[in-house]
Amino acid sequence: MTSVSSSSEFQHQHHFKSAEHQYASSKQGIWLFLCTEILMFGGLFVGYLIYHSLYPTVFKNGSETLDWKMGAVNTVVLLVSSFTMAAAINYVQRGLHKIAAIMLALTIACAGAFMVIKYFEYSHKFHVGTVPGKFSLVDPTCGAGGKRAECESKISALLKNPVELEKNHVSAEEVTRLKAVISQPKWEMFYGFYFVMTGLHGIHVVAGALLIFWIFIKTLRRKVGPEYYTPVEGVGLFWHVVDLVWIYLFPLLYLVG
Amino acid sequence: MSSAHTKTEHGHADHNYLNHGSGIWSWMTTLDHKRIGLMYFATVATLFLIGGFFALGIRLHLAKFGAEPLLDPDTYNKFMTFHGAIMVFMVIIPGIPAFLGNFVLPIQLGAKDVAFPRLNLASYYIFIAGAAIAASSMIFNQVDTGWTFYTPYSTAKTSNGVILLVLGAFTMGFSSILTGLNFIVTTHKLRAPGMTMDRIPLMIWALYSTSIIQILATPILAITLLLIGAEKTLGVGIFDPDLGGDPVLFQHFFWFYSHPAVYIMILPAMGVISELITAFSKKTIFGYRAIAYSSVAIAAVSFLVWGHHMFVSGQSTIAGIVFSIITMFVGVPTAIKLFNWISTMYRGTVTFEAPMLFALGFMFLFTIGGLTGVFLASTGMDVHFHDTYFVVAHFHYVMVGGTLMALMGGILYWFPKMFGRMTSDLGGRISWVLIFTGFNVTFFPQFVLGAMGMPRRYFDYLPEYTNLNQISTVGSWLIGLGFLVGLITIIHGIFKGEKATDNPWGAKTLEWQTSSPPPHENFINTPTVTAGPYDFR
Repeated sequence: MTSVSSSSEFQHQHHFKSAEHQYASSKQGIWLFLCTEILMFGGLFVGYLIYHSLYPTVFKNGSETLDWKMGAVNTVVLLVSSFTMAAAINYVQRGLHKIAAIMLALTIACAGAFMVIKYFEYSHKFHVGTVPGKFSLVDPTCGAGGKRAECESKISALLKNPVELEKNHVSAEEVTRLKAVISQPKWEMFYGFYFVMTGLHGIHVVAGALLIFWIFIKTLRRKVGPEYYTPVEGVGLFWHVVDLVWIYLFPLLYLVG
Repeated sequence: MSSAHTKTEHGHADHNYLNHGSGIWSWMTTLDHKRIGLMYFATVATLFLIGGFFALGIRLHLAKFGAEPLLDPDTYNKFMTFHGAIMVFMVIIPGIPAFLGNFVLPIQLGAKDVAFPRLNLASYYIFIAGAAIAASSMIFNQVDTGWTFYTPYSTAKTSNGVILLVLGAFTMGFSSILTGLNFIVTTHKLRAPGMTMDRIPLMIWALYSTSIIQILATPILAITLLLIGAEKTLGVGIFDPDLGGDPVLFQHFFWFYSHPAVYIMILPAMGVISELITAFSKKTIFGYRAIAYSSVAIAAVSFLVWGHHMFVSGQSTIAGIVFSIITMFVGVPTAIKLFNWISTMYRGTVTFEAPMLFALGFMFLFTIGGLTGVFLASTGMDVHFHDTYFVVAHFHYVMVGGTLMALMGGILYWFPKMFGRMTSDLGGRISWVLIFTGFNVTFFPQFVLGAMGMPRRYFDYLPEYTNLNQISTVGSWLIGLGFLVGLITIIHGIFKGEKATDNPWGAKTLEWQTSSPPPHENFINTPTVTAGPYDFR
């Protein structure tokens, strides 16, 4: 890491001794915040672990209905974005504002690509009815008091209708998988976790993209540079954590059946 | 502190943080930790009055003075929920750290401000937003779950107002995390020259330990509350037995935060008491390190004891025994503190101004609360006392008798520094007598009621319990009156109090070495520290 020089035009805040002092403090603050992010997802991972052990078949069948190819592409997209983010930090530190801005724009583009792929995944799930809890039933008012088994789910309604299957691009292979899913009681549990975990992660991706946009503007206006790049590095660290969480989510949800 | 060469020049004495900028806008946008502290004060005091209103309503209803019950069962449950949620999330948790901590911490460290002043102001507004979201559930869709939001009732049965309350608590948790983060970095990075970690005042050790809990526990509450929201809107089923989920998992998640949260409430109070005891005993504190490290020890043990809330939830006997034993460990660092405070007073020059009375009140009430906590930590007795008024009395003794006593003592102690004026000592003492007496009259009978088997949270009770409930209700009016007197004393002090000197109590920590009220950046010259924080002799 290049050291921060306090001799330039950048003025550190009044209550710090020097720019280095301010930089070290800010960095500590960001890391502490990232700990809380990890712990928050930690709660979900604990829940996933418990229910995976309670309902192994539900999680196996559910996992097989996810499109691992889309998940893998998204993993690559996020890894690339982590690289461009790291490169952007490096370029800002070296004062190469133009290429730094390009890198940041690429990172935002990756975040966008990630969300677009997520959109296709989600909308397919909505169509075939592999959704959590109350939305999985044809009649959402049915099933109160634990009698969900007597209600018809969206999947079984869909499976009866060849026209709808055709329209929603459901292959014969997927039909077998969907049948396997609804063969188990409490099958909605897997999708509860899938949507909460990927949904919360998706919100973080959007938040991260907005933060990167803020940094992008700062870079274009040359508010950051070799003498002051704390916000760039902070947002970068946040982005890496968003990436890291996905690195765990992808195998857990898509691959570990 | 012996060497603080921070003597204020008289020319600067009339320029302070209160008149550094003028107008409401300069307060709303201030980055000064002292002003933000006072803004928390105003907010928390207002919320405290609302929470107190619900408390008095509950007590009045339970006294059964008239033939007709005062509240219908539904309203009673809502009163109980709002009393609990407001007092826990909006008064006791932010009370000392966000208000007194914000005001005192940077000055005691010899810093100009907290590490992230803008984040500090943001935390305040996030807190306000959270409180507003939570309060909106009072208007739109009232909640009757109790402040613990136990599933499956909260997710499957009751109104959607839970979403608002839960979202409000989530937002306030965010504010709590950011304040804790700010304090940790400030303590690490902004200490004055010579202020080593074993020279920081005990208040700071307490706030530091609290901040660690805030950072490590609050995210778990965040995800738990989000899951309740997801449960209600999407029906994800993680806590809903209808869908295969497990309500006991909710209790594990919830108490994994909420038990450490109890120490978010009490540790700063213990910090305040450490300051008060040395200042009013005019003696070096006994066992500085023991008190300091016991704060950290309490923070550490706090994460391993959540299971004692669930002795009767069907968890295994082994788990019950383990949680029971670990819970009793909390008594060790707590007793270390208490004995050190008593040793500090021993042969000290003890004076009994109002803040010291509150400190002594804290020690008395907290000891009762702590000892009854040992009863509840024993699995055998807990099965008997579980969900009775014994528990209610226990946690009110600890949380109210502990935290609110310390909060009042702390306000009166630091008042001269905040406003440059003294409060009426007589007013403070009257307030103390009323609160202290009223508190015992209210909650001691509840131990007896609990032992007799009166369940908590119930709208109605058997005739045998009537007398004790009526005594308890009368006591609650004394508490109310006591806080009213306290409020009048404070308001009178702000406007009419006599001028305070820089160090009216003769205390040694850094905040008393600057002028009252302090200048905008706390010190004219940054102090250099050469000795421990309480060198009286």
